[in-house]
Amino acid sequence: MSTLLSVEDLWVRFRGPNRVVEAVRGVSFTLGRERLGIVGESGSGKSMTGRAILRLIRPPGEMSARRLELDGTDLLALTERQMRAIRGHRISMIMQDPKFSLNPVVRVGEQIAEAYRAHARVDRREARVRALEMLHAVQIRDPERVYDAYPHEVSGGMGQRIMIAMMLVPEPDLLIADEPTSALDVTVQMQVLAIMDKLVREKGMGLIFISHDLNLVASFCDRVLIMYAGRIVETCEAKRLHEARHPYTRGLLASLPQIDKPVPRLAVLERDAAWRKQGGIDASV
Amino acid sequence: MTVLPHEEKHRRRGQPPPFLASLSRLAGTMLSVLLTMIGLLAITFIIGRVMPIDPVLAVVGERASPEIYEATRKAMGLDRPIIVQFGLYLRDIFSGDLGTSTLTARPVTEDIARVFPATLELATIATLIGTLLGVPMGVLAAVKQGRLVDQIIRLVGLFGYSMPIFWLGLMGLLVFYGILGWVSGPGRIDVYYDGIVPSVTGMILVDSLLAGERDIFWNAVSHIVLPASILGYYSLAYISRMTRSFMLEQLGQEYIITARVKGLSEWAVIWRHAARNVLVPLITVIALSYANLLEGSVLTEVIFAWPGIGSYITTALLSADMNAVMGGTIVVGAVFIGINLFSDLLYKLVDPRAR
Repeated sequence: MSTLLSVEDLWVRFRGPNRVVEAVRGVSFTLGRERLGIVGESGSGKSMTGRAILRLIRPPGEMSARRLELDGTDLLALTERQMRAIRGHRISMIMQDPKFSLNPVVRVGEQIAEAYRAHARVDRREARVRALEMLHAVQIRDPERVYDAYPHEVSGGMGQRIMIAMMLVPEPDLLIADEPTSALDVTVQMQVLAIMDKLVREKGMGLIFISHDLNLVASFCDRVLIMYAGRIVETCEAKRLHEARHPYTRGLLASLPQIDKPVPRLAVLERDAAWRKQGGIDASV
Repeated sequence: MTVLPHEEKHRRRGQPPPFLASLSRLAGTMLSVLLTMIGLLAITFIIGRVMPIDPVLAVVGERASPEIYEATRKAMGLDRPIIVQFGLYLRDIFSGDLGTSTLTARPVTEDIARVFPATLELATIATLIGTLLGVPMGVLAAVKQGRLVDQIIRLVGLFGYSMPIFWLGLMGLLVFYGILGWVSGPGRIDVYYDGIVPSVTGMILVDSLLAGERDIFWNAVSHIVLPASILGYYSLAYISRMTRSFMLEQLGQEYIITARVKGLSEWAVIWRHAARNVLVPLITVIALSYANLLEGSVLTEVIFAWPGIGSYITTALLSADMNAVMGGTIVVGAVFIGINLFSDLLYKLVDPRAR
């Protein structure tokens, strides 16, 4: 499997007046055209890892890495202008809640068309046609009507499908999905995931799926990284997640309720201060 | 009554057809405007009654006999019940009669038609200056938050906020008129140009252009530029400050990250995405600041000998010219209501959530 993205020793720091918060502490991994899950609790650095790949860490945050390469292109060496040509066009990102990630005063169709026009030299009419096709591809029944709708007029599930359409319309090579279904109803979660999965497979894209939902990641991804306190503590194939050995992963698994094996009292995850000090592992393949 | 099929469909859903819905919303707005207007008139009416000034005495003079006094009182309708008086007052106002000013001995309507355009001219240019400079300054300050340019813009705003306007006015006159001679002095126009162009709108800038008198137009510009800049500076201070804080709020929103993920330029992120959302609350800010200036800024008008509505009402108040005070208050109130209505309509235009 050829390497699409390789990340080596990635750090994200936030400099405050009194202290420095290290959100990501030396993460290394590679990604092919596969579906890679990143799991971890809040604050484990998984979202920041996603944003750092796009070089979207804003001051007072800063990022550094020994290597950040997309298909042989050194992303660290690019100017901001060159980086903009990568964003959307080669790497895209879907965020958690469409209620906040769509611009409330712009028609959703225009937002999709804009994403297309940012990288393709086409006129308005052509971008509109492409946006309508994309709305159709994410299984929106009445694309013409939805094109002219504003974000507050669509439901959460539809909003997230619009986000997917917007982020996939320039046909990127890599999609980062940052908790794409966490804000949705359980009933529409699977539907949205299925649509995303289908498109990612069809276009042969790489996917980084960031989530705190172990079961979801295990069933949806090929490979899983487990992050804790800014480091990768464990990596394994998704279907072997239940064989994970790191005590943190074991703790996470043990705290999940299982329908076929009810327990009177769910285990509470005990965090060991020593985990923080351990070096992370290199998840390159 | 016959019911057309498409009408029936709408009724069945329990909703009126769209055009009727917007019509009824418009009617609702108009009704509330009318009610506000009547409330305003009630207040001015009460002001006219509770002021310790005898309106009859003001007309007949102190030495009139009791018979004349009584006859005048009757003629003015002041012996009728108060509610009837209010009704008569409303009738007069809606027929455009605001009474006669005791100070100028002219109908108040005429007086206001003369002074209000002067204020309108000044306030409009000041608001244009404040908006055209204040909005970009606020945006720039927000984008460069914490940097030198932000500090400078905030200092400029703070200065405009905290300097008394009469001091700014006097200093402006001293420096730009007295010492540098860049602008003309107080007044709307040089004396020898006075009364040449026919008054159409009452605004000299517009009237001189309509008459094709370029010299007069530029003379008027040289007179208005200093007071308008000073008032404009004041509204700039307010508008840039509000723009900065609205912009900072919007730049922290998630849809801004989305826009950056798409690969848009910083310019597009700020002006195409954030600015459209900043515009929503900014409309109210600009409208209120404009309405405040339209009330007439007494200090500026006095310093620059500007015959506007602020100094007109103040003079009238000081000489107990109640018709003029009430008339002026009504006009200022009506303008306020009008601008609020207009900003509400604009608001609906830019924010789809408010429709």
